[in-house]
Amino acid sequence: MTKKIDKLVKDGPLVINIGLRSFFEASKTQGIPVVHIKWEPPARGNRELLHLLDKLL
Amino acid sequence: MNIKKSIDTANQEALEKMARVQPILVDIDLAINVVPGMDEKTVLHAGPPIDWGKMSGPIKGAIAGILVYEGLADSIEDGYDLAASGDIKFDPNHDHDAVGPMTGITAPHQSVFILEDPKTKARAYCTLNEGRGKVLRFGGWGDDVLKRLNWMKDVLAPTMKKAIIHSKGIDIKAIISESLHMGDEAHNRNRSGTYLFLSELTPHLLDTTDSKVVKEVFQFIKDNADIFHLNLSMPHSKLIADAARDIEYCSLMVAMARNGTDIGIQVSGLGRSWFTSPATMVDGLYFPGYSTADACPDLGDSTISEVIGIGGFAMAASPAIVSFVGGAATDAVSRTERMYEITEGISKSFTIPILNFRGTPTGVDIRRVVELNETPLINTGIAHKDAGVGQIGAGLTAAPIEMFQDALRAFGKKFLS
Repeated sequence: MTKKIDKLVKDGPLVINIGLRSFFEASKTQGIPVVHIKWEPPARGNRELLHLLDKLL
Repeated sequence: MNIKKSIDTANQEALEKMARVQPILVDIDLAINVVPGMDEKTVLHAGPPIDWGKMSGPIKGAIAGILVYEGLADSIEDGYDLAASGDIKFDPNHDHDAVGPMTGITAPHQSVFILEDPKTKARAYCTLNEGRGKVLRFGGWGDDVLKRLNWMKDVLAPTMKKAIIHSKGIDIKAIISESLHMGDEAHNRNRSGTYLFLSELTPHLLDTTDSKVVKEVFQFIKDNADIFHLNLSMPHSKLIADAARDIEYCSLMVAMARNGTDIGIQVSGLGRSWFTSPATMVDGLYFPGYSTADACPDLGDSTISEVIGIGGFAMAASPAIVSFVGGAATDAVSRTERMYEITEGISKSFTIPILNFRGTPTGVDIRRVVELNETPLINTGIAHKDAGVGQIGAGLTAAPIEMFQDALRAFGKKFLS
């Protein structure tokens, strides 16, 4: 574990960003290697639409 | 059968019906002779229905101009007065089996391409393309615009009509299918489609018309090669999309169109109802001297392309398009890939070489759009917000989510009650 922490401190993180794109942009601006995965709650979390989709999809 | 199964079955039926359509260019005629419901006092426009008072600058300008062309007004100012008087009926193209790019103006004495499916005899109509820049369909107006429109009616259309009839029909679907392998996406890049069309048409032009006139017609089409075939691609797409209309339980989008004020969609299982949101601004590249501040919101029926899986949905086939609408060539591929997430099927007719000839994403399912909050990608021209100027650029936008949410609510209300 110590070796892994040492490596992280020495080499810096490799980031997989899920969701908020601003975190991806911020990491990229700081030169951190990062890939972005687009994700958001289904139907933007709208309960009424989720209820409909549950019946229709 | 439970409702989910009913929807899946209906959507498959829609895709099969769309795939069977074979749009053939069979003739050209004046709109008043062939477009259903057209009369001397009717002008058709792009997008969902809209009253004169709410119309965008380019649509108002194009209507005022076309009333001069029609001989109903003596000047552009008279055209505005007549349009505002209530004596002219305005209707969406889509309600008359027609489509039109940008302002989409279709007037009684404009010539229209007639595309027909040989099996069903269904037809779709679209005016002939004027080229880019200061043209009526972008709201441009002036003596040069009027002169060009009259030449199109008196020379271009009659000459092409003779050649088309002599050809016994030109297969537009085959041309578009091939053009996607030659760098077009058939919405904003139509250069290959135009050249393929010209190669089909030219022998028949030479067989039916004096060579001096043929040269004039050939030159006009060639000079506007990047856009001329759009007005054939669009009615082709309209004919295909209309085959999927009015299927009970079908959740696929069958029309998407914008009038510079609103954008609207129609859904197969929901009849002729429009679901609308405010039209979006287009993020793009501008001609020298223009910027976003000059732009009209998104405009035109040309998103019928995306409805059937070409245009923005086929951008991976057209890396060259990004030099016109913005972005990097790799973006063109990723944009197409995103659209597979919201579509029901994969086209058998339109394939993309760089994706190992995978079919284009086809048949937008409103359920998927709402679930994923991923809306159809649109690539499009940009008109100046004021009448009289015309096209000022081209770019990309995405359809707003709200109209899909409203459509889903209406779908649930109809089929779950």
